[in-house]
Amino acid sequence: MKLQRGWISLSGVGRNTSSLLLAGVAALSGCQPDLPETVRSGLVYCSEGSPESFNPQLVTSGTTIDAISQQLYDRLLDIAPDSGELTPGLAQSWQVSADGKTYRFKLRSNVQFHQTEYFTPGRPLNAQDVLFTFNRIMQTGHPFHYQGGGNYPFFQSVAWASLVNKVVAESDDSVRFELSRPDSSFLSNLATDFAAILSAEYAEQLVAANTLSRMDSHPIGTGPFRFKEYQKDVLIRYYRHRNYWREPAKPDQLVFDIVPNNARRMAKLFTHECDVVAFPRVAELKLISQRPDVDVQESTSMNVGFWAFNTRKAPFDNTKVRQALAYAINRDAILQAVYFGHATAANSVLPPTSWAYNPDLPVQQYDPAIAKALLKEAGYPNGFSMDIWAMPVQRLYNPNALKMAELMQADLAQIGVRASIVSYEWNSFRRKLSDNEHDSVLIGWSADNADPDNFFRPLLSCSAADTGTNRANWCDENFDRLIGQALLTADQKQRRSYYLAAQQYLAEQMPLLSIAHSQRFQAISSDIKGVHINPYGGVALAGAVKDIK
Amino acid sequence: MTLYLLRRLFLLAFVLLALSLLAFSLAYMFPGDILQNLTGLRYIAPEQVAVLTTEYRLDQGYLAQYVAYLQRILSGNWGLSFASQQPLLQEIGVLLPATLELAAYALLISFFAGIPLGIIAAVKPEGTLSKIISALAITGYSIPVFWWALLLIMLFSLGLGWLPTAGRIGVLYEVKHISGFMLVDILLSDSAHRNDALLNALRHMLLPTLVLATYPTTVMVRFTKDSMLDVWEQSYIKTARAKGLNRLQVLYRHGLRNALLPVIRQIGLQFSTLITLAMITEVIFSWPGIGRWLIDSIYQRNYPAIQAGLLVISTLVISVNMLTEILHRLFNPLARKR
Repeated sequence: MKLQRGWISLSGVGRNTSSLLLAGVAALSGCQPDLPETVRSGLVYCSEGSPESFNPQLVTSGTTIDAISQQLYDRLLDIAPDSGELTPGLAQSWQVSADGKTYRFKLRSNVQFHQTEYFTPGRPLNAQDVLFTFNRIMQTGHPFHYQGGGNYPFFQSVAWASLVNKVVAESDDSVRFELSRPDSSFLSNLATDFAAILSAEYAEQLVAANTLSRMDSHPIGTGPFRFKEYQKDVLIRYYRHRNYWREPAKPDQLVFDIVPNNARRMAKLFTHECDVVAFPRVAELKLISQRPDVDVQESTSMNVGFWAFNTRKAPFDNTKVRQALAYAINRDAILQAVYFGHATAANSVLPPTSWAYNPDLPVQQYDPAIAKALLKEAGYPNGFSMDIWAMPVQRLYNPNALKMAELMQADLAQIGVRASIVSYEWNSFRRKLSDNEHDSVLIGWSADNADPDNFFRPLLSCSAADTGTNRANWCDENFDRLIGQALLTADQKQRRSYYLAAQQYLAEQMPLLSIAHSQRFQAISSDIKGVHINPYGGVALAGAVKDIK
Repeated sequence: MTLYLLRRLFLLAFVLLALSLLAFSLAYMFPGDILQNLTGLRYIAPEQVAVLTTEYRLDQGYLAQYVAYLQRILSGNWGLSFASQQPLLQEIGVLLPATLELAAYALLISFFAGIPLGIIAAVKPEGTLSKIISALAITGYSIPVFWWALLLIMLFSLGLGWLPTAGRIGVLYEVKHISGFMLVDILLSDSAHRNDALLNALRHMLLPTLVLATYPTTVMVRFTKDSMLDVWEQSYIKTARAKGLNRLQVLYRHGLRNALLPVIRQIGLQFSTLITLAMITEVIFSWPGIGRWLIDSIYQRNYPAIQAGLLVISTLVISVNMLTEILHRLFNPLARKR
């Protein structure tokens, strides 16, 4: 009787009712009758690290975005995973004025916020929520602006404050954004995981109770799951949001089991303690794919792994030194040893699949002799000592930064550069990076949307250097002008020419050395269906179905 | 006896005082800002600095600061953790029971397995059974705990797929934190899946408990055996036998009681080793206890947490040590008279 109950509660899902009931009958007839219903109706995603916050506005780390964005929140627009096109989200439709400076959004009606132990929504989503969300970022006098440090890294990197003059609620279901200049990446930025819509009503309640910080630790959104509990370094627990405006999430419960150790994450997949595992070790893909109970999903993804130099620290402020270091690195060896061939060598920060990619860039050669000569020209004939910061977690763009650092250490020793490897726990690591304490760092970037601007402004612009997301700490007027001009026009051909020039300029200046564009992998228990890799941004788990044969 | 108790308590107070001094001075020895290390606040607004400096008496001498520190410790204001920005005492309150639970079950196993095995081995010291027990005990004593744990995981989790590899309970079971002891909390909960959860928790518990119990069990076996053999040689045993009591009666009435005395003392002495081993076990099995938390804190350079963790664990070890010594006194008429 118990088993049946589990399936009936699932059958509320709708369309799949009949197939689920069938599956339920099959399960009753005895394949795995000892599986309790809690386990059947819940999904366990084993992630690689703890989130820094539960508000996507405040973060850029992929670990955090994976855990919170798609699960708890919705955005005005979404990105179709297969085509990269923008689709309606909380905004049903939108219009752009002829001069490209006014955007009008019509909001979907009857979108409900989460009901939790700490908040009961009194009304559905309306224009005030959109206003609250973006005013928090833009208005320094906003009561919530300085909650969590007042840093909105993604929005600052795309110069949001100077771009958006104001957000106006025209009526309950209509919002107008007034921009100071046309920006062809504006809609794409609204569709990123960072532009999640928060609840103004919840904010009012927090102001009344004077517990403003709960906004970012006890989240309320409109997404497919609602927050239940979070134990740092242990787990995050979500339950299904019953009044979700789209088709309700399939799993009744979603748990992010935080397992930073790669081997342990794999072990948990094999023992079925995890249903889906983030970032299986590329070295083990062969082993995993041999198991009948586990599937490996693969997809090309918009990302780049790079080695960024702190360009405001000597000797890295010298272009010749940066070029020399670039010549000293044997990338083929890295592609083999670190990515196991599951990546393409990067020639630009943009992946070749982007429409703005510059195919005419010279390929970065490996040549220690040239590197030595360049170092001599730069005034360092005997080399120097430096630190390579290697990130402690495994990310798509760099599956094993420590190993990469070790390989590079050996390469650099050949040209007389003595490198030591530095690493901290992930949150401390990111904090110290933002303070620009590093000499150079092995890190990377995964795109949040299909717009090429997403690879330039958040990574290398002056505003990104101010907010501490520019790992090269690089601020160059010429470069900023190029990528700035690209935004002023909606004509793709014209935009492309600016981006080609920008990439050319980057190749000369070498604030960072692009290393590889990696494929994305996800290992998943073969009885789970409906989980796919999203090439833009965080993982979405609302469609996961446990199909027990 | 009262005098003895007083002396012990005095000693305990003195040791704890020294310990608190050490913990207090850590805040000054760690790198970084003292105010941050003491409060655990990562960002302190400029206007807050003055308020906190007065509150923590940083503007006064070290003695005043230390007294303020003691007051805070006693009143439960232990500061925040750098990593989570949550009150440390609250975090420890959640984590410590997990460690105690693990250690308690391991100790129980070591009693109920170790002492009988030790007695069996002592009954016929030259017999095959005794030799097998001794061989196993010496193997278990010398095996490195992390290797032993990995071997068991390899066999039972990855190889046979019988048992989970990590955690206290399947993450999909939500058990409300009441006492912090998992089994107790499950029994107290009114969840419909209580039996499933209980079974699941037991399955999670089996390997870590077994691993952690290995060392104390072997110590127990060896000690019980040696102690039994020692007692067996005593003249009062021979007298008892001569009076006509059979082996079992002698064993129970005269042998066991005397032989177990030094074993009680061993528990106290082995407790610090047990806690150290528990830390390793927690790390390997991702057991959310205080040991794993402390090791994570060291890696995260979470100074307030290191300070508080050290204070709690050393207080625990010292108290248990002291307690077993007093118990030993209580049960041992000879020692009581001295």
